[in-house]
Amino acid sequence: MDTIVAILAAAIVAGTPLVFAALGELVTEKAGVLNLGVEGTMLVGAVSGFATAATTGNVWFGVLAGMVAGVLMSGIFAILTLNLMANQVASGLALTLFGVGLSAFMGKPYESVTLAAQAPLEIPLLSQIPVLGPVLFKHQILVYVSWALFAGVSWFLYKSRAGLVLRSIGESPESAHAIGYPVIRIRYLATLFGGAMAGLGGVHLAEFYTPLWVEGMVAGRGWIALALVVFATWRPARVMVGAYLFGGVTIAQFFAQGAGVTITAQFLSSLPYLATIIVLVFISRDMATIRLNAPVSLGRPYRPD
Amino acid sequence: MTNRIETSHSSGHPRIELRNITKIYPAVVANKDVSLTAMPGEIHAVLGENGAGKSTLMKIIYGVVKPDAGEVCWEGKPVTVVNPAHARDLGIGMVFQHFSLFETITVAENVALALPGKPELNELSRRITEVSEKYGLPVDPRRLVHSLSVGERQRVEIIRCLLVNPRLLIMDEPTSVLTPQAVRKLFETLRQLSVEGCTILYISHKLDEIQELCNSATVLRGGQVTGHCDPRQETPASMARMMIGKDLPHPQRGAPKPGEPRLVIAGLSHESPDPFGTDLKDMHLTVHSGEIVGVAGVSGNGQQELLAAISGEEPIGEKHPVIICGVEAGRMDPGERRQLGMCFVPEERLGRGAVPRMSLADNALLTAHRRGFVKSGLIKFAEVKAFADNCIKDYNVKCGGSHSEAKSLSGGNLQKFIVGRELMQNPKVLVVSQPTWGVDVGAAAFIRQRIIDLRNEGVAILVVSEELDELFEISDRLAVIAKGRLSPAKPIQETNVEEIGVWMSGMWPDAGDAAHYSPASEEAKNAAQA
Repeated sequence: MDTIVAILAAAIVAGTPLVFAALGELVTEKAGVLNLGVEGTMLVGAVSGFATAATTGNVWFGVLAGMVAGVLMSGIFAILTLNLMANQVASGLALTLFGVGLSAFMGKPYESVTLAAQAPLEIPLLSQIPVLGPVLFKHQILVYVSWALFAGVSWFLYKSRAGLVLRSIGESPESAHAIGYPVIRIRYLATLFGGAMAGLGGVHLAEFYTPLWVEGMVAGRGWIALALVVFATWRPARVMVGAYLFGGVTIAQFFAQGAGVTITAQFLSSLPYLATIIVLVFISRDMATIRLNAPVSLGRPYRPD
Repeated sequence: MTNRIETSHSSGHPRIELRNITKIYPAVVANKDVSLTAMPGEIHAVLGENGAGKSTLMKIIYGVVKPDAGEVCWEGKPVTVVNPAHARDLGIGMVFQHFSLFETITVAENVALALPGKPELNELSRRITEVSEKYGLPVDPRRLVHSLSVGERQRVEIIRCLLVNPRLLIMDEPTSVLTPQAVRKLFETLRQLSVEGCTILYISHKLDEIQELCNSATVLRGGQVTGHCDPRQETPASMARMMIGKDLPHPQRGAPKPGEPRLVIAGLSHESPDPFGTDLKDMHLTVHSGEIVGVAGVSGNGQQELLAAISGEEPIGEKHPVIICGVEAGRMDPGERRQLGMCFVPEERLGRGAVPRMSLADNALLTAHRRGFVKSGLIKFAEVKAFADNCIKDYNVKCGGSHSEAKSLSGGNLQKFIVGRELMQNPKVLVVSQPTWGVDVGAAAFIRQRIIDLRNEGVAILVVSEELDELFEISDRLAVIAKGRLSPAKPIQETNVEEIGVWMSGMWPDAGDAAHYSPASEEAKNAAQA
């Protein structure tokens, strides 16, 4: 029983970077912008946050630095694609390549530095509930922040007027412009928000989850976040399911390796990626859901005339 | 009404005044030195052929497009309308020709997006229902827009404008897909608005409507003002002459010479996969070579579903209900059906009739590739271009050339191109939906004549339209679609607008028990008339 509780709790922690990055990208894509630079943005966010925390000794400066780094990275992307009308796919790929190189360069001095592990914040009373308490309510603060983000993004997209405007721009920037919404400005904000969240996801990975900096430590989570958004048919709740599924399989295969299962470690390590994609492909087969939720103008540049 | 307008003339500034507006696009001069004045309460028609620059001029007033030169005066003061939100703040509302609705959200949410402030959705739904009942524009605020027909979408656009109590209302062809009753209702609304002091700029190709509704008019040709008139003093023919610079041709038809059945719908029933769609119930219809069969009806009664079942976009489970040139085609996809000799002009131009971002030549290739434009997997681009150029020339499509993007064309010009593309493929069966929607009188007459010519050459033609005048002008037999059922097709000489109007509400003889009819007896009747 204790093992299961430990696995579930760890799964939530392992899924959290994906929650941040994927929910951020979800908002960006809902506005019709396809930013493939999530992986690179997460890396730069991770190294910036880690370096700042290590230098200043304050993890929250690190969190802030990681988010600012994410905003700057996505800012580059926004200028390229929204002002200069560059191709979004190519620009996003370039951003990831850039982020991989930049983070490796920035992170060199910090490769042997370690941060003190952050103590979990136990929620009074709730954490005393058997099983659920230790699984859900004995986590570091950022995990709770990610839940707040989920609630916030869901409310914003489906309950608020601003969210309605954002979705309408993702569907038809021409029509949104015709009835008078500032398409480029809103796409900018959505892109920068996505960048900040990708940066935060990176920070969570480097400062709270491990906590240390290793070159390339995001290890494809940015790509999984992108895939999550698509296979979750642009719906926040499904993104959460996918992220925790990924986290769960990641942790389960660690336990399996620890227990001496005689399957090659490489196969086990690839399991989270495979399992997440396969499950999501199956739950996203409904064409009607896709048609109603996919932003029609995704990846299409728009120039108001 | 005339008296009131004269009072407002003497009492104050014009509501809107345009002075020497010029707008030049890379390939075309849309407006050159255009001036226009409209007083409070005036219903002012803007007349012109497709591509005459009417839509551009309206977009300039609404702040969607910026003029290169010229001045806009609003209630006596010069203004620069920076964007549509600004225009709405001034009190300007607009109903677009190409709808500016979002498909994945509900009607109420669409309306909310265009209103200032933060309207509460339940309250808004109530107001929408209220306005829609008051003005005879029925629409359910909770429905998702993608499930609405063109006619229903237009109602949403009109309601969206009426909710903000505008002082200037721009209507870009608002009646093109409304039923005659709904048009009458809309005119009552517009007259009411005019009495309340609202100025209306009214773009339409239907000259009889303009004559009935408007009390002044500005005529545009090739982006320039060619005249002003008072439509009440003119006849449709004289206005058409001002618009196109020559007399309007009348379609020439002869008696039909029906031959063998080319398109047979035999007991077609189909449940719509869309929860808001219309289920088709036991439809029967035969279209013979050398005749035009029209299908009338108010939009949203199963036209989309019927056309999808005929074109193959929504294959039905069984083979036998759709027979094209003697082949049971119920399960075939659209490509296989075209292979049998069927050509299809869909209702939506952008997105289904043409790919908006592809050139006209590429769009021509999309359906005409069976004419030998592809050899061992390679495209013969020179021949495709020649085909597209011919189509542009024969159908008088105003555009920058066969390399122009489809979306750069005005609605009417694109329609001419799409109809031309299908007609030039020498079809055996032609299925056309709304052939002249948003097309000016000159081009509409031309398209109708081509359709009749094709019928005289022995093609079987099915025309689905919401314009009764058009159906009576070109059809040999007429059927009515209502609530997913299809009436028997009656020879045009044996029926009239009143009877078809009653049928459109679903009440034809034996409508209850899925009216059957015998093609043989009908053919005999046709023969007797011929």
